[in-house]
Amino acid sequence: MTRHLPIAAILSVLLAGCASERVVLLPSADGHPGAVVVRDDWDERLIRTPYTGTIRRLGANMPAETSAEDVNARFGAALAAQPKRPTTYLLYFEPGGDQLTDASRSDFERMRKEIAERPAAEGLVIGHTDRVGSAEGNDALSKRRAEAIREQLLASGVDGKRIEAIGRGERDPLVPTADEIDEPKNRRVEIILR
Amino acid sequence: MIKSHRALYVSLLVGCALSTGVNAAPDVAGMVKTSAGSVVIERAGKRIPAFVGTEVLVADKLRTGENGAVGVTLADNTLLSAGPSSTLVIDKFMYDSTNQTGGMSINVRKGTLAVATGKIAKKTPESIDFHTPTSVLGVRGTEFVVEVDGGSDD
Repeated sequence: MTRHLPIAAILSVLLAGCASERVVLLPSADGHPGAVVVRDDWDERLIRTPYTGTIRRLGANMPAETSAEDVNARFGAALAAQPKRPTTYLLYFEPGGDQLTDASRSDFERMRKEIAERPAAEGLVIGHTDRVGSAEGNDALSKRRAEAIREQLLASGVDGKRIEAIGRGERDPLVPTADEIDEPKNRRVEIILR
Repeated sequence: MIKSHRALYVSLLVGCALSTGVNAAPDVAGMVKTSAGSVVIERAGKRIPAFVGTEVLVADKLRTGENGAVGVTLADNTLLSAGPSSTLVIDKFMYDSTNQTGGMSINVRKGTLAVATGKIAKKTPESIDFHTPTSVLGVRGTEFVVEVDGGSDD
């Protein structure tokens, strides 16, 4: 029994040597430069140029150059299965309450249509306010705005389990202002569909 | 003495970071958005077919068959998709949508994986890692592919 153990150990090392691994950085859809760091027990490699990466041979990660064609040949099925990218909608409110502006009502309709068409759509509804009124009051108002949009989505037939509503108060203004400034662009709800 | 205090302080900090990262449904990581051919989720010893709309939980193992492919969107907008004969495990995932903080650890046992990172990578890229049988990948808000050829079936 014990005599076979070293053979098993050698075999597993040989098998591990046969296995190959590949990591390739792709261009980012949003144009921001990205990077990947590949680490093993001995080494660390930073990949920052699209279509370059590492390939593992003889137990070590070596730099590798590749191309869009090669990535498509190896990873075409995985890339084709990639879910649709999340989209973001911004809806604006009349001052002080949870009534949408007229322009935002038609955006709401577009969003409702996209939810119906997107496979297994989920939504995160984030309410925001301008800086008129107290910070605590605005926390409550932002949450009320998000809930109002969620309720409207539910009323139009969207599954409530898949829509989450949260409030961020006046913390994340689109247009930074001094306190107590009435800023229509900050009275908004952001909806991220995924 | 100082050292032990520091260790306690660090562990408290880590404890706090974990507790704020947990949202109302801590074990839901994401949802299947695309599914083709044979795709199953192994969860607590059971095999569940992974249709579009199936929730993906922490500790789930996703397996695609020879003709299979699957796409999952995680709660922070990270897109994971695997090609044929692939095995993928969601080792860790937590995300607080209000503060947009969290972390994840994803394990590629074999096959092909495409990744487009989401909100967590924008805010705290150091809290994300991807594991292959031999290496650990760290990311900075990015898109990449990984192949593990000849990996194990487990």
